[in-house]
Amino acid sequence: MRKNRHLPPREKAIQLALTVATWSSVLALAAVFGELLLGALPALSSISIIDFFTGTVWNPSHPIYPLYGILPLFVGTMMVSFGAALIAIPVGLGCSIWLAELASPRVKAIFKPAIEILAGIPSVIFGFFALVILSEWIAVVFEPVTKLNALNGAIMLAVMMIPIMVTVAEDAMNAVPMSLREASLALGATRWETVRHVVIPASLSGVVAAVVLAFGRAVGETMTVLMATGNATALHFDLLRSVQTMTAAIAIDFGEVEFGSEHYHVLFLVGLVLFVMTFLINFLADWVTRRFKEDY
Amino acid sequence: MMLNRRATEMAVFTLFRGCALLVVLALVVLLGYIVSGGLERLSVEFLTGMPRRANTEGGIFPAIVGTFYLMLIVLSISVPIGVMSAIYMVEYEQNSLMGKVFKMAVYNLAGVPSIVYGLLGLGIFVAFLGFGFSLISAGLTLSIMTLPLMISSAREAIAAVPSTVREASYALGATKWQTIWHHVLPYALPGIFTGMILSVSRAAGETAPLMLTGVAMSLQRLPDSFFDSFMALPYHVFYMATQSSDLLATRPIQYATALVLLLLVLGMNLFAIVLRKRYRDRYRW
Amino acid sequence: MTIAIRTDDLHVYFDKNHALKGVSMDIEMNQVTAVIGPSGCGKSTFIRCINRMNDLIPGCTVKGKVLVDGMDINDDDVDVVDVRRRIGMVFQKPNPFPKSIYENVAYGPRLHGVVETGNGKGRRRKHTKRELDEIVEHSLRRAALWDEVKDRMDKSGTSLSGGQQQRLCIARTLAVDPEIILFDEPCSALDPIATAKIEDLLVDLKKDYTVVIVTHNMQQAARISDRTAFFYLGDLIEMGDTKQIFERPQKEFTEQYITGRMG
Ligand SMILES: Nc1ncnc2c1ncn2[C@@H]1O[C@H](COP(=O)(O)OP(=O)(O)O)[C@@H](O)[C@H]1O
Ligand SMILES: [Mg+2]
Repeated sequence: MRKNRHLPPREKAIQLALTVATWSSVLALAAVFGELLLGALPALSSISIIDFFTGTVWNPSHPIYPLYGILPLFVGTMMVSFGAALIAIPVGLGCSIWLAELASPRVKAIFKPAIEILAGIPSVIFGFFALVILSEWIAVVFEPVTKLNALNGAIMLAVMMIPIMVTVAEDAMNAVPMSLREASLALGATRWETVRHVVIPASLSGVVAAVVLAFGRAVGETMTVLMATGNATALHFDLLRSVQTMTAAIAIDFGEVEFGSEHYHVLFLVGLVLFVMTFLINFLADWVTRRFKEDY
Repeated sequence: MMLNRRATEMAVFTLFRGCALLVVLALVVLLGYIVSGGLERLSVEFLTGMPRRANTEGGIFPAIVGTFYLMLIVLSISVPIGVMSAIYMVEYEQNSLMGKVFKMAVYNLAGVPSIVYGLLGLGIFVAFLGFGFSLISAGLTLSIMTLPLMISSAREAIAAVPSTVREASYALGATKWQTIWHHVLPYALPGIFTGMILSVSRAAGETAPLMLTGVAMSLQRLPDSFFDSFMALPYHVFYMATQSSDLLATRPIQYATALVLLLLVLGMNLFAIVLRKRYRDRYRW
Repeated sequence: MTIAIRTDDLHVYFDKNHALKGVSMDIEMNQVTAVIGPSGCGKSTFIRCINRMNDLIPGCTVKGKVLVDGMDINDDDVDVVDVRRRIGMVFQKPNPFPKSIYENVAYGPRLHGVVETGNGKGRRRKHTKRELDEIVEHSLRRAALWDEVKDRMDKSGTSLSGGQQQRLCIARTLAVDPEIILFDEPCSALDPIATAKIEDLLVDLKKDYTVVIVTHNMQQAARISDRTAFFYLGDLIEMGDTKQIFERPQKEFTEQYITGRMG
């Protein structure tokens, strides 16, 4: 491509404005990272980073001996997110395959907007539903230790993950050329065998990326878990007990924290950990898509 | 063996159909509960009245207005920057190294958890720039948060305009900007508009960033400037459902507020879906 | 001569578009039958009826009979999967799976297994590795591809050249041991040398299989087919021995087409 050396001033000005606007995204990303670093740094001077990462007690509001162990929050996040993934992966994949391979165009025309609607529902509504309705159902079925618990959050998150998964996974399956399906069917494969041996392997990178991406969203989700899981900070691995996630800790604690205090900066540190985690997860999704892209 | 293969197929496909049904069911149940729970308390007075007695009576007018202001801020900041970025990324830096950097930035920005945007807003707008806990701090935070969504939908819309259109324009001696302005943007407009509605509705439903940038629990008045504190619908749902003085007695208010939020957000989303469908059918390259 | 396929008043609609308007045709066993005609006249639609590939197209309805071995494959109690196992198809654009060459050929046999004992309704079991290797080698040899790929069986099928890919697709079809093979313009994406190889192969295949080939290349039809059917606007205009069709066409349309006076 060759650049035009005779740009009129108006064109130059426009191009400059567009460039500046575009840089704002890079700037915003840098600002997020920089702000988290700046906010978190003071914490590192007063608490031990090792204690932070290995501490099993999160009790930041103790008047004399506050403890800032991130493990209970980390485990809380993981329990809820993995629990959600465990539910969302089979259901979401089933849904994607149904949508890409089985549904008639008419049914599809109804189902796809429904998925978009589900994706558009604000997370506070999911949180409200989990708090008021779902927790009651779970109480009846599982007789949990605490009414608001990790399972409650996981189920609700699963419902939120499914639209993301389905959208991305269905795209990947649709990208598999029809000719490959025809080839398989013409050899006497059933439709299911075709899906299993041809469509899924050929779209695997996209399907895996869909799962990873949805998982990343679950890790970063705040309102739903905040309202659904009860926010107890003890470290345990029981799905039927209350947990607090990293996101929920930030959201709740900022309500009472003193500006510029140690606790304040530790919350930025938690935010930094969260940011790095989701960054890596998204990176993984992107890497999977690129690295294992199929050539048809 | 053939029978076996057929039976497997039947079983598996039935399972998949079940999955799809389950998802639809989840949506219907969720909407059903919110709508039926919310209708009871919903009234004109509820929509236009001030909250009274620590939110246990009266309406949610300030929350509605607050959310509208937030949408307005997002609209006037995220949309122009988003569209300009999208134009630049598609038309000027499609394949260059810089283009890749921009794409990476947008992709990663889209994955940042909303609560982290709250931290950003707190650190930069509230503290560093001194806007305090205010409408503008929250609005700017939401604008940054929705920027990646705005950019990617606008980018998709612009990239969908076939290159033959551009070539035709260039061949007639048009400059780059003339080409974009007269031949690319008009066709991309419906897509951009759809993205705009989706971005704004996303901002309207977001809660977590507001909690760090100054949303108020209860106000008897409307914000009188961008630097005033404000109420917002999604936060009101959260607050009433978890911290209000009598959780059970205010259930109807919680439901009704949730319903108002849902109607607002889903109304916009539905509008966007219909719009997109309409224009997709119109331009088929 | 035995009839391998008989179609009886076959109609196909794509929504309202009447694409095939009552085609009745006999296709003989162990011969190459060519289907010619201008583009859009329904050639593909016709041969896709023979192994029910049109089932896959939304809005497509097929009416009429397609008798293979005297059995109507459009019958409700006929298993479409079994039909396609017995009637293979090679497509216009080579479409190897993004799997290794070996896996491409082994795919079909793996699905179907082998019949255990010869007494009619034998049970099916999985192939042993040896059997599978044999089938793969035999099919590739038969498709004249073995020598070119025997040292790189684990390379992706998509890494081959266009002509090789198409022969791989043929080998893949041969590996399930069909009775009939349908070819839909198998050479239109290939260069002349690759085309010549495939043509030789087709003629060779008719010893063991019934071959139906759609082509818009009349020289090709003349070179390799025994019988030729000419389609125009969804109608079967004329069918006969290839020599007769090209030298003494009975219908005006046919003559116009083969003398190049019609697109
Ligand atoms: N998948 C399809 N959907 C709708 N119409 C189709 C489809 N495939 C073919 N047709 C229509 O059927 C007619 C015959 O097409 P085809 O059999 O592909 O022609 P040929 O192979 O002879 O070029 C054409 O009018 C075409 O538009
Ligand atoms: Mg054709």
